Amino acid sequence: MAEELYDIEVAVPENPIESFLRMDRMPHIWCPGCGIGTTVNCFARALETSGLDLDKVAIVSGIGCTGRVAGYVRLDSFHTTHGRAIPFASGLKLANPSLKVVVYSGDGDLTAIGGNHFIHAARRNLDMTVILINNFIYGMTGGQVAPTTPIGASASTAPHGSFEEAFNLPFLAESCGAVYVARWTAYHVRHLTKAIKEALLKKGFSFVEILAPCPTLYSRRNKLGDGLDQMVYYKNSSEIKNGAETKSVALDLQGKIIVGKFVDKERPTYIDAMNEHFRKRLGDRYIPSDENKEPNPCLERKSRSAASAGRASF
Amino acid sequence: MHADPTGVLAGAHFMDGDHACSEGAMAAGCRFVAGYPITPSTEVVERIAERFPYIGGIFIQMEDEIASSIAIQGAAWGGIKAMTVTSGPGFSLMMEHIGLAAITETPCVFVDVQRAGPSTGLPTMPAQGDMMQARWGSHGDYEIIALSPNSPQECFDLTIQAFNLSEKYRVPVLFMMDECVGHMIERVVIPPAEEIEIVERRMYGGPKEGYQPFEAGRDLVPLMVKAGDGYRIHVTGLTHDERGYPNMSVGAQAKLVQRLVDKIRLHADEIVQFQEHDVDDADVVVVTYGITSRTAIPAIEQARAKGMKVGHLRLVVVWPFPEKRIRALADRVKAFVVPEINLGQMVYEVERCAAGKSKVILVPHGGGTVHQPKDIYTAIEKSLRGK
Repeated sequence: MAEELYDIEVAVPENPIESFLRMDRMPHIWCPGCGIGTTVNCFARALETSGLDLDKVAIVSGIGCTGRVAGYVRLDSFHTTHGRAIPFASGLKLANPSLKVVVYSGDGDLTAIGGNHFIHAARRNLDMTVILINNFIYGMTGGQVAPTTPIGASASTAPHGSFEEAFNLPFLAESCGAVYVARWTAYHVRHLTKAIKEALLKKGFSFVEILAPCPTLYSRRNKLGDGLDQMVYYKNSSEIKNGAETKSVALDLQGKIIVGKFVDKERPTYIDAMNEHFRKRLGDRYIPSDENKEPNPCLERKSRSAASAGRASF
Repeated sequence: MHADPTGVLAGAHFMDGDHACSEGAMAAGCRFVAGYPITPSTEVVERIAERFPYIGGIFIQMEDEIASSIAIQGAAWGGIKAMTVTSGPGFSLMMEHIGLAAITETPCVFVDVQRAGPSTGLPTMPAQGDMMQARWGSHGDYEIIALSPNSPQECFDLTIQAFNLSEKYRVPVLFMMDECVGHMIERVVIPPAEEIEIVERRMYGGPKEGYQPFEAGRDLVPLMVKAGDGYRIHVTGLTHDERGYPNMSVGAQAKLVQRLVDKIRLHADEIVQFQEHDVDDADVVVVTYGITSRTAIPAIEQARAKGMKVGHLRLVVVWPFPEKRIRALADRVKAFVVPEINLGQMVYEVERCAAGKSKVILVPHGGGTVHQPKDIYTAIEKSLRGK
């Protein structure tokens, strides 16, 4: 008789973002209190309201806790090698410019091992959105020091505390040429959702840094409490300063966090610059790649110009 | 299927192997190249950079070889044929991504114009020191295909073949040139497009429901889709199941890795390619590849002129290795002579297949030049002496 009590059917509403997730891969690997899932929720809501055709959105991750995002999102998704999400995404975008390409990865992946690719993709203004989850630590491998670990914070490979200057990532991104730069935390879900949507719709290299708790390996080790305590810290110590100079937004251990949209400017993307340059230099002998064509009468002459191209240049 | 005439510079040319390789790639339908400058391979990408705007290709000089070797894989999943080009030190940097291409079954071509190493070594001078690295350089178990051209003409012809094999088996194909072949200038005849056979990627076009991107048929090679086709695929370098989903089980590992290896090993007879000359009556067979297949010829001719029964077996496809043929020869020849511009690499494969049934004599060369034919001749002579 007692069992019947549990047979009562309760209508459980479907989570509105379930259609964005590979539900057959749940449960995910992230720890209780981790901020990554919250950011994925914001990402899903941003995608939902962006109006983008989800069949044309591809997501690329590197390796690490955040690197697992690509595997949980129901998009064309690529889980690549450590640090190399951006160059993979570069090839994907150049080969198929009709795609909206999103890189979703962690601070260690994108700015330590992948730092060189980050700066060059920003310099080229490759048309992609880079969402970087900064949890100040290498989570997947067990809490090692990262280029983002604040001075004084302890990590498994900096057991006496880190003494290296940490990256100020919005400043790095802006100085390399990113056209959209914002920082929010996992606490600021509405601002963050809006920022991701803006970044997705921005043409060029857009960058969103998201501070997110790593209770298991960062805040526990540093006696900063659990995930909720980190959220309280984000709430109490964040100051929204849209348009702040990025050089002034460096972070320190449990210090003030400047959040907001710092950069939103226009610059020709890599593909636009390439097309414009070659059209100017080569005229109608320039043949953009198949996916890269705009309605342009000169393309009707493809076969003729192709036939003459070899003779003209060699 | 025939080549797209847009990329085919038909006619007779006088060009070096590097340029011929570029032309081969363009004729094969390659429309994405990522590279980083490194001697002696740079001429390949220089010509690509010059020609691509006229044929609808995209060339990007990446920030390093690591980036180049994964940008091509992004491009492949974007739906086009892609290649990267490098030499020794850059080839070392690319190893992780050969493994990625192997496990994600991404068709792409890696060109390595070999120079003498290790490390910076002799940047402008030839060697064949990357042959084992080509086979084993990335960690874990996998198979690749590698070809070794010996002339600018072959740099053209075999580059096309490299792309065709890559598309057919969804495997990274390594194009193992060397500085001599890369910088040697000879006549190269590029046939008209309709005479060039091209293998196009086999794409899946069926229903989205229930689609499993890594489910292979009897040939063990899954059909491919590209990003943006609406299939919402997941592609990972983690061990994965047929859905492409990570699966950290011993069973999934065994199944995936076995198929990755078997799809090449079980097709080895179709892939293996070698050339033979005077092997039928031979007492000794000189086994060569790349430029060494040409430096060995005067030595072999001289030995035959003196009455020695010398044959020549030249590997065109180096990996997979022609095991069956070497085993069969080992049953009846006295010796194999293996000149290589390294201190012994492919010779180990010959020894393995000879299995003690015939002598195997290495003619080593540390690199910097090609062999002196007399060194190969001396080895032939020695191989016929005694037992």
